[in-house]
Amino acid sequence: MVPALELVLSNPAVWRGDQYAKVAVESIPTGFAELDAQLPGGGWPRAALTELLTSRRSIGELRLLVPALARLSMDDKWLVLVAPPHRPFAPGFESLGVNLSRLVVVETRSDGESLWAAERCLRSGSCAAVLAWSGPRTPLRRLQLAAEEGKSLGVVFGSTRSAAHPSPAPLRIQVSTVRGRLELQIIKRRGGGWAPPLSLDIGCPALPVHLELDPKAASASRVRSARPLPYRRVPHGLA
Amino acid sequence: MLWACLHFPDFSLQLALRASPTAQPTIVTTGGNQPEVLSCNPQARRYGITPGMLVSAAIALAPKLVERPRDPVLETKTLEGAAAWAGQFTSTVSLAQSDALLLEIEGSLRLFGGLQPLLLQLGRDLADLGYTAAIAVAPTPAAARLLARAGMDTTIADIAALEPALAGLPLCLLEQPKDVIRTLGLMGVHTLGECLALPRDGLARRFGQALLDELDRALGRLPDPRAPWAPPSRYKAQLALPAPVQETEPLLFAANRLIQELAGYLRTRQAGVTRLKLALRHEDHRPTIVMLGFSVPCRDPRRILTLLRERLANVILPERVEAIVLESAETQPLGSRNLSLFPEDRLPEEERWLIIEHLRARLGPESVYSIVSHPDHRPELAWRCCEPGTSTASAVHARRPLWLMEPPQRLRSDSGLPMLGTKLTLLAGPERIESGWWDGEDVQRDYFVACDAAGVSFWVFRERRADKAWFLQGVFA
Repeated sequence: MVPALELVLSNPAVWRGDQYAKVAVESIPTGFAELDAQLPGGGWPRAALTELLTSRRSIGELRLLVPALARLSMDDKWLVLVAPPHRPFAPGFESLGVNLSRLVVVETRSDGESLWAAERCLRSGSCAAVLAWSGPRTPLRRLQLAAEEGKSLGVVFGSTRSAAHPSPAPLRIQVSTVRGRLELQIIKRRGGGWAPPLSLDIGCPALPVHLELDPKAASASRVRSARPLPYRRVPHGLA
Repeated sequence: MLWACLHFPDFSLQLALRASPTAQPTIVTTGGNQPEVLSCNPQARRYGITPGMLVSAAIALAPKLVERPRDPVLETKTLEGAAAWAGQFTSTVSLAQSDALLLEIEGSLRLFGGLQPLLLQLGRDLADLGYTAAIAVAPTPAAARLLARAGMDTTIADIAALEPALAGLPLCLLEQPKDVIRTLGLMGVHTLGECLALPRDGLARRFGQALLDELDRALGRLPDPRAPWAPPSRYKAQLALPAPVQETEPLLFAANRLIQELAGYLRTRQAGVTRLKLALRHEDHRPTIVMLGFSVPCRDPRRILTLLRERLANVILPERVEAIVLESAETQPLGSRNLSLFPEDRLPEEERWLIIEHLRARLGPESVYSIVSHPDHRPELAWRCCEPGTSTASAVHARRPLWLMEPPQRLRSDSGLPMLGTKLTLLAGPERIESGWWDGEDVQRDYFVACDAAGVSFWVFRERRADKAWFLQGVFA
């Protein structure tokens, strides 16, 4: 960089577009270092609402949260899934390190009940995280206030269509997938500033496929399977 | 020994009034053909109603009058409820006639931090129950009783100070036959002091030993053993509403009176309630029963009331409610929690369960659950619903999706590959799952991790039998 330019940039009166104010927000690390670096407080903000916006459901946005959920589940507060779109699969959560004895699933019959349950859980102060799937007209303001009061991590999964509308959630991230990686664009965060788009690897399986679909395709799609790990002998006395 | 006497003036009237926050003009009547007014509240007095008046005359004065026939059986039961509540303050509670409780409090002073804090708490808690009481403290139960009946909130700790304190009290407070009191009055003896000044032998000859004995017991010259009252093994109390109601709020107000009493009873027994039954009585209908369940034993009145509020919001009442009956259906021992020296970050166990109970009260018990892994290879059977907090960790699993499709969604296929909108690419697999031939739900499947054009990964399988169709089993999400 030109020394003269550097001098200008080091002047505190100059504000750069990619800067954001570091705010002291109590946070829980996301488990993704690149994402943590872009979030004020270095993680998902506790005691606030976070909006994750996707063009369609279940593209990997839940995986984004799971490392934080796994960490929170070691504590003694609940993790609540309010009206999840599908049945949560116990082995799946467990394989990612979530302590299931803290997980609570709440089924509801209407959007009104979901909202009530999410608000109650956020406000109660005994839920570490509350995950809710929002409709188009979910009053996020109430959830945000409840999250602040109950000091709980509130996450609402919404649609990209609402990205342009204002929202009371202090953190809004638009999530999409490109070739098995999650593309994240932070739309809004505390401290402001423009955040560069992030591309995260959420651990998509890259294991080779060995499959005989039909004899013709077989030669093309056959890939050698991963070699099994060599059997390790355990010395006597250590086993 | 130090005795506190809780005297409830106009107990039958208090019973009629405590179920509602706003006082209607209310009278308590004698039964019979020509009922008379036994007692009335200030609102009724404003209409010119006085005790002793005929009920028909009282109704003529105030048409919207609430009238309650006196029910001595109910009064005794209610007093026993209050005694059960009072057990939290001392181990020795006894009933005194039909409208007072005697509490031996000397042994409890240290626990409550002295006499004044104890009396303050008694007063506060009595207000929560909806009672007004005169609380007098004296070294003998009879003296405490006399002072409380006179409506004096006094404390006399020294036995020597007893005689001057009692001297001014009118004779009618004694539990003596009416004609004894009247004869003494005709003799010009109106107070206890004047009576005590008379020669003892003459007094005994004329009015019998009973009068002297009562005076001696009050002054501590004779022993005065009182039978301690033992709390029942289950709490059950009834409260009649001043007017039948359909709305939740008045019901909750009345229920709160009983819940406060229940909380005192539970503290007495060092127990917590796990199931609570509230019966709402109607005039021409079977009672509506509301059951409340608690995950951990509970005796926090606030918590019970919040839960009841949620529960009542979902209850459809067939008719207006006349009376409520609260009953502890199941209790479990519950010790008190030690306070920590340092402010604690940890959440108390009961607090944690509050939200679960709250959600269940509104959404139904089966709508709030947790999940646990089950040792089975078949994905449909590899998980179970369970009580929140009871899941146990199981062995590490292979890579599994977070969402499970129930039942598996059949996919179209194109040249041997599954389609979900677009053609899916198989990323990993196959993982063969063949299991369950012994229970009739056997599966023979090859599982693959697949992803679509956008890179969203799915868990799909191909049936190994019959038509070799593709199914979507889960989403990695």
